[in-house]
Amino acid sequence: MENDEITSVVLVGVGGQGILLASEVMATAAALAGFEVKTNEVHGMAQRGGSVIAQIRYGQQVFSPLVAEGTARVIGALEQVEGLRYHPYLAEGGFAVVSQQAIVPVSVSAGQSKYPQDLQPRLGEVYPRLAWVDVQQAAEDIGNPKVANMVVLGAMSTELDLPSAVWEQAISQCVKPEFLDSNLMAFVIGRSLV
Amino acid sequence: MKKLLSGNEAIARGAYEAGVVVATGYPGTPSTEILENISHYKDQIYCEWSPNEKVAFEVAVGACLTGARCVVTMKHVGLNVAADPLMTLSYIGVEGGFIACVADDPGMHSSQNEQDTRHFARFAKIPVFEPADSQEAKDFIQLAIDISEKYRTPVILRTTTRVSHSRSSVVEGERQESPRAIGFEKNPSRHVPIPVWGRKMRVEVEERLALLAQEACQSSANRIEWKDRSLGIIAAGVAYQYVREAFPDASVLKLGWAYPFPDQLLQEFADGVDSLLVVEELENFLEEHIKAMGIACDGKNVVPTIGELSTERLLEVKARLNGEQITSLAAEAQVDISDLPMRPPVLCSGCPHRGVFYGLTKFDVVVTGDIGCYSLGVFPPLNRTDVILCMGGGISMAHGIERAGEPRKVVGIVGDSTFFHSGVTGLLDIVYNRGASTIIVVDNQAVFKQALESDEPWLIISEGPCVLKERALQGPRLQVDAEKCIQCGKCLKLGCPAIEGLEATPHVDFYQCTGCRLCAQVCPVDAFVAAEESDHGK
Repeated sequence: MENDEITSVVLVGVGGQGILLASEVMATAAALAGFEVKTNEVHGMAQRGGSVIAQIRYGQQVFSPLVAEGTARVIGALEQVEGLRYHPYLAEGGFAVVSQQAIVPVSVSAGQSKYPQDLQPRLGEVYPRLAWVDVQQAAEDIGNPKVANMVVLGAMSTELDLPSAVWEQAISQCVKPEFLDSNLMAFVIGRSLV
Repeated sequence: MKKLLSGNEAIARGAYEAGVVVATGYPGTPSTEILENISHYKDQIYCEWSPNEKVAFEVAVGACLTGARCVVTMKHVGLNVAADPLMTLSYIGVEGGFIACVADDPGMHSSQNEQDTRHFARFAKIPVFEPADSQEAKDFIQLAIDISEKYRTPVILRTTTRVSHSRSSVVEGERQESPRAIGFEKNPSRHVPIPVWGRKMRVEVEERLALLAQEACQSSANRIEWKDRSLGIIAAGVAYQYVREAFPDASVLKLGWAYPFPDQLLQEFADGVDSLLVVEELENFLEEHIKAMGIACDGKNVVPTIGELSTERLLEVKARLNGEQITSLAAEAQVDISDLPMRPPVLCSGCPHRGVFYGLTKFDVVVTGDIGCYSLGVFPPLNRTDVILCMGGGISMAHGIERAGEPRKVVGIVGDSTFFHSGVTGLLDIVYNRGASTIIVVDNQAVFKQALESDEPWLIISEGPCVLKERALQGPRLQVDAEKCIQCGKCLKLGCPAIEGLEATPHVDFYQCTGCRLCAQVCPVDAFVAAEESDHGK
């Protein structure tokens, strides 16, 4: 099914982590590079701390906005558990960027389930090509904890065939001017982490 | 110029370009961003959130009778609320173009049911347009305005979640104003459906429907893509996109305007292929009609009725049709992830509703909830909502439960917007019929106790800002003083996402905490203290 010329990417995490902005930047970058782009996002409840996935597909001609399981070339996860939860999306040989950040769900705090402590080895098992990045530290070094999304995006960009100029232009278009510098810095740091 | 727009943004752009001057609506996912984006054109378009969909619809009807081009927006269940004006507007007809933009939610991402709005179009005997991407979403607004004015009919533009919330490129155009001057023209036999005139309108509705069906056969919204003729597929809306990926070689009749049914086009396509498959999300709306025409086809015998479609699900349909084994594209060596903690959406940290639900955990009462993000109070550890039906239903159901003789006290919970939407009429009923339910939004247990021990109806209004709108801190952020904490777990019963109970002593996430102090109120040993900036590294 998957047309060789279509690149599929998924971004996952917890509502409120900036997945929609990261997805918008990636879609804009692909469009600036001249591709047809389709994305799909979760709205509404996404702001309320739930598990969230955004999907981006680009190529010469794209029909469906949805990424089929087993077809994503890159998966970016802003949270450990979510990184493992969505692993079936990655295509064979695909690249995964997973943030070391752990956000404990209320279900764990309420004692109904446990937050697994063995996620790093399990992620290594499902993702032969895994970048396990300390995104939080990078974001805090920059002095803006909200740019973790751009750090992950930067790391993901190393696997995508889009020129670096379009990434910068896309970030400039999508991010408010007062936060532009820290977002650009985060993206560059993300690129250097892999 | 080309822009990446969501379907909802594209509809807003379409309304602007099509010369719309009045836009109304009531919010609800996945429709909300349509009106939010129309509001950016406030110099050209009067735009309002109305208290409910019926009011929004009627405001737009009034405006359109002056010749103004209008759109009204809502989610699928909102059209139930606006069904009364819809059914008779079909008889009266419109002056300026009138589009009801209704967003369905297959898969129930943010909805309480999976109803299919196409049935409403047939019920009201009016056209329905179904865009498959953002460009069509924009273009179909212009088309729908043209058809609406040409035939004086209201029109439904039906999207689904994957059209409303997917981005794709759109070529923008210029705004075209309506040539008609605004002004209401007195014409009672056309505008007043008392029986003597209503019966004539009834005949005109049928005549209009026949003309619309002919027009639909010629419309640019419908097209045949001839390829291999051994299999022909009829698809509408976003299902078309999945069909093109799962069946790249098949001939396709793509319907953007499926009702009134374009019979000649359906027949022409069916005659041109060896076998026919109808792929539609949700109900067998098209298939039933095609079979009634005497055309044999596959449809819901192989395509799922429940939930969303996708390329993957259509590949399964293909395998089923060919009698092949269904295979998954996902990598075979998958690990077991059944132990991963679920992460449903939760009430935000600092949400003023949390105190209400927490307070209710202290009482043996029946709690009727309502539609809104506070429905999240149903999840553990709060677990304090017992039934939800529809907008405003919590208040009326509370009265019904009480009147039936339920021995426990009954409490209805409603948000402010839902209260004004349709909760207030239920409250009028409780007072008029001397009920004894307690209707609340409250964060104070003392007030609570008094109300719940009373025999009279109570309305308690608790005021607190939505933390999503007011992003400011409510007070200093807190942290747990590990020396004071006795690890009793009371704060974890609040279900606050900022309090992480991974270790014996709970930890407050610095960035999620809004300083609402609810945890400090329930802590028996005052272990919550102001957080220090330097301690947030964890």
